Amino acid sequence: MEITTVSYLRWIPLLPLLGAAVNGLGGSVIQKRFGKNAISAIAVTPVVLAFLIAVRGFLQLKGLDPEHRFLLDDVWRWIDIGTLKADVAFWLDPLSCVMILVITGIGGLIHIYSTGYMHEDEAYWRFFAYLNLFTFAMLTLVLGDSLLLMFVGWEGVGLCSFALIGFWWTEQINTTAGNKAFIVNRVGDFGFILGIFLIFWSLDAAGHGSVVFRDIQHHAVSLEGRTIWGLPVVVLATLFFFVGATGKSAQIPLYVWLPDAMQGPTPVSALIHAATMVTAGVYMIARLNFLYAMAPETLAVVAGIGAATAFFAATIGLVQNDIKRVLAYSTVSQLGYMFVAMGVGAYAAGVFHLVTHAFFKACLFLGSGSVIHGMSGEQDMRKMGGLKDKMPTTFWTFLVATLALTGTPLTSGFFSKDEILWKAFSSPYGSATLWIIGVCGAGMTACYMFRQVFMTFFGETRADHHVVHHIHESPGSMTMPLVILAIGSILVGYLGVPEFLGGGNRFEAWLEPVFASGHEMAAHASHEAGLEWTLMLISVAVAATGFLIAYVLYYRHAASPDAIAEVAGGVPYRVLYNKYYVDELYWAVFIRGTLLLSRILAWFDGAIVDGIVNGVASLTVAISWLDGLFDNRVIDGLVNLLADFTYNVGSRMRRMQTGNINAYLYVIVGTVTLVLLARLF
Amino acid sequence: MEGISLEHFLIVGLLVFALGLYTVLTRKNAIGILMGVELILNAANINYIAFARYGGASIDGQVFAIFVIMLAAAEAAIGLAIVLGIYQNFDSIDVEATDSLRY
Repeated sequence: MEITTVSYLRWIPLLPLLGAAVNGLGGSVIQKRFGKNAISAIAVTPVVLAFLIAVRGFLQLKGLDPEHRFLLDDVWRWIDIGTLKADVAFWLDPLSCVMILVITGIGGLIHIYSTGYMHEDEAYWRFFAYLNLFTFAMLTLVLGDSLLLMFVGWEGVGLCSFALIGFWWTEQINTTAGNKAFIVNRVGDFGFILGIFLIFWSLDAAGHGSVVFRDIQHHAVSLEGRTIWGLPVVVLATLFFFVGATGKSAQIPLYVWLPDAMQGPTPVSALIHAATMVTAGVYMIARLNFLYAMAPETLAVVAGIGAATAFFAATIGLVQNDIKRVLAYSTVSQLGYMFVAMGVGAYAAGVFHLVTHAFFKACLFLGSGSVIHGMSGEQDMRKMGGLKDKMPTTFWTFLVATLALTGTPLTSGFFSKDEILWKAFSSPYGSATLWIIGVCGAGMTACYMFRQVFMTFFGETRADHHVVHHIHESPGSMTMPLVILAIGSILVGYLGVPEFLGGGNRFEAWLEPVFASGHEMAAHASHEAGLEWTLMLISVAVAATGFLIAYVLYYRHAASPDAIAEVAGGVPYRVLYNKYYVDELYWAVFIRGTLLLSRILAWFDGAIVDGIVNGVASLTVAISWLDGLFDNRVIDGLVNLLADFTYNVGSRMRRMQTGNINAYLYVIVGTVTLVLLARLF
Repeated sequence: MEGISLEHFLIVGLLVFALGLYTVLTRKNAIGILMGVELILNAANINYIAFARYGGASIDGQVFAIFVIMLAAAEAAIGLAIVLGIYQNFDSIDVEATDSLRY
């Protein structure tokens, strides 16, 4: 493959890092000296510039031959140990190009929105430092040309997510949510690491050890037939990667952190927990599609987990009352759809849904943030209602995004979701079951989203009247991104209008070089336009049914939702309301289990390890005592004996020194005489 | 000078030496001891001169004797200074009284 080398890609992640560094290190001073507008300028400018550079990258990429659309910016050799070589190198191909446009584009809008939303916050600078750092990490994740650099970004976004969920750290519940997100993510990260190890190790055994994506792709064939513990390496590695993806992208069984992550400020929910970070898992699978194409078993697991998540999260979303939690479960559910797409080999469709979802879900979250802002911090939908006239811009943009999310025809969500459902049905890896689950999920999506719209914007307001008094439309810095995102929610869909609807599906064509292997699979799929029309109409009808149920219950109040909740003794309602008791189950199994294990280990430490240590210590003391005795008696005895002997001899000898000079002379003369006599005879 | 031979000189020297030695050994008075030392030195001088006169052509012996006389003068000066010091410290020049360096 021909690679075009450039040197400007590095600035895409570096600029936000620079912003994070300035605001993170000097933010408190800058804020005090120059005010919050300076902080905003420092934070927003790099992201906007990064977006412009991303556009430049896109244009250059577009100018290249489709088969050679690769840009590489190799900054420096990072690791060089044996056969492990990794560079800090940024890699722009059609897939990462789509991602960086979404991250910097939507990220930029959310930065602007935050300048309004966070304006009253004291720690304004800290928020933007984190937000910029997140943007940097996410861009590194996407642009990194090797698994290792991707992992750096992967951990970076996790860290920033943790920091931002617990941003208002004075409340215990927020920090707990942050910890939960971090710890659950670590489980997934562990899978990711194992995947990296396994891939490198297996490739190294074949003599092609590398962690760089293009090399892995080039040598992936050498993994064919290789096994470990009787399992094919590719299947095992892709499963490990998928474990990482379930953590970051909130899929069963690791989705539990995402609803709690809504404790963070709303722009964070929009940027990190809806539009970008949670799609990292989808991106990773798309990036490694050539490996997944070699592991149909993993693909089945991915599709199954995705469908299950899409369905169950939607059911939970039906009964939640917190405006952001509904959206959180909706996000989990939509991510499930993306994984279904990945699992049936429809990578382009999955990435397309990722992009459209980024628009309308960011719009929804920002809209909900605008509502919360206007409602003086209230998040419970039961205390809202009637906001339609008081916050018109928020209402209309929220409605447009809802229409897109529910898959209303001619909106972006319609095109992308329908594409996924069709592929789920028609792909060689797909099945009617997947399609049915997906359609049911779509119906519920329509139901809970319109329930939310009706509860929030329609009817009589149920808020306390001093709150009502304060309800106001948000400032321009907040409504402007809403409008742009709402327009995007409609228009982005037209990039990928399916062929049978008369569109060229330019989005899929753009990504085609990256997903060559997946495309092959899709090519086998039948393209019966008639069947596609039928399925599409069914899914639209199901969604419409969902809308009607919400309309009847929450707009017309023709039947009381409370009465329905009491069906079958209220059991189904309570199960859903309590989210299938999964948190409680995890609490009982993992947290209690861990605590129990800790106690057992603590006992083992206290009783056995400490016992051995103490025993050894006592033994040492005893030996030292004996040794001391020997030293005191024998060694010191000898030394003292010698000293005493010397002392005694000395004290006797000194009597010779009489001090009488005559005596000395006698001795001298006597000695000389004796010597002379001795000489003579 | 015919009747006097080397032996006579040596005998005189020996006598002077013995007297000096006796003085040194028996005197308690420090000045007396110094006088004995002078006798011993002069006994040596007598021997030097005698050997020089009877021994050969060189005048080494005479030169040496002059050195010894000079040395004796110096020694007497220092010795008397020491004795004065002793007297100041002990109010006596009896050598048996100056025993503070004894054991």
